[in-house]
Amino acid sequence: MTSEANKNRTLIAVIGDEDTVTGMLLAGIGSISSELNKEKNFIIIDSKSQDEDIEKAFELYTETRDDIAVLLINQHIAERIRFKVDTFTKAFPAVLEIPSKDHPYDPEKDSILRRVRRLFGE
Amino acid sequence: MSGAGNREQVFPTRMTLGLMKSKLKGAQQGHSLLKRKSEALTKRFRDITKRIDDAKRKMGRVMETAAFSLAEVTYATGSNINYQVQESVKQPRFKVRARQENVSGVYLPQFEIDINESINDFKMTGLGRGGQQVQKCKNVYTKAVETLIELASLQTAFIILDEVIKVTNRRVNAIEHVVIPRTENTIAYINSELDELDREEFYRLKKVQEKKIQKAEIEDAEIRAKMQQQKLNGDSKKLHETGNGNSNGNGAKENAEGENLLDNQDNDDVIF
Repeated sequence: MTSEANKNRTLIAVIGDEDTVTGMLLAGIGSISSELNKEKNFIIIDSKSQDEDIEKAFELYTETRDDIAVLLINQHIAERIRFKVDTFTKAFPAVLEIPSKDHPYDPEKDSILRRVRRLFGE
Repeated sequence: MSGAGNREQVFPTRMTLGLMKSKLKGAQQGHSLLKRKSEALTKRFRDITKRIDDAKRKMGRVMETAAFSLAEVTYATGSNINYQVQESVKQPRFKVRARQENVSGVYLPQFEIDINESINDFKMTGLGRGGQQVQKCKNVYTKAVETLIELASLQTAFIILDEVIKVTNRRVNAIEHVVIPRTENTIAYINSELDELDREEFYRLKKVQEKKIQKAEIEDAEIRAKMQQQKLNGDSKKLHETGNGNSNGNGAKENAEGENLLDNQDNDDVIF
């Protein structure tokens, strides 16, 4: 089974705005390495970042890298690449939409919660 | 076509019938087991969805507190520490480990938090001012990430369970609506075919018996006719050779032989 492959997944990655990323880094999730594709496990997205950059980062953390267990992404950023987040249905890594300072959490937009709602026929 | 289409291509023998019967029994047992598995998983699934809903709401509150704490840090240190924090990151202090939990044969991963206290990349952060706030902020964010990890475990379990429930239900339905009717049809087919063979065999035997009886009757008649002929011949001989004493004995001998032949024929006739 894939359980053996999932044993290596120990890191938490973040795609978020500056404050969120700083907070997560303070908690100690940051990892810097010199390996190819594994330089950083966090990326700061601001108003100047292009949607393509977000997509690229999302792909890097969900598909290319095999050491990420959980991917945290700010909800307002997930909103910008909504189709990508919605089409990602794999169990690993777990993609978690989190609120940011300027954007309070909206359960209506969360892809998982939407699935929950659909299952209960609401 | 529909009758032939919905059964397995087998040779109708008693052995295949036995095989099919055991297959049907197995399918029924498998069906009930899978159904129970699906029910157990669904129960678990509902439990998890409820917990996810609660955890997501809790996460909203926790992140709010954390953001506020970061704002405090910015205020206390008087400058933005974002840059400093990003630059001093080296190794992860906060890692997760995937542990597996078995729910009726399905392995659900569960993330466990693994904090390495010896790593501290932010020794210098807030050294001048607001060190206490930085420490507090770190603790708050650690708590927040813990909540997030918990939520991530639930979410992963949710996705996997969703998948497994779908697969299990598909299998339950396949057995219920395809395998079992198919096997039943095959059994019915084999039974009808065996009955047909039985009838054919019975008819054949009856026909054989009929033929044999007919043949025996014909032979009987022939022998009787022969005997009549011989009797006639004997009488005519008697008439021709009146003086011969042996002729009578000969005639009696021939008569006896004729009777013997008849007896033998009778013995042969017994067939069933």
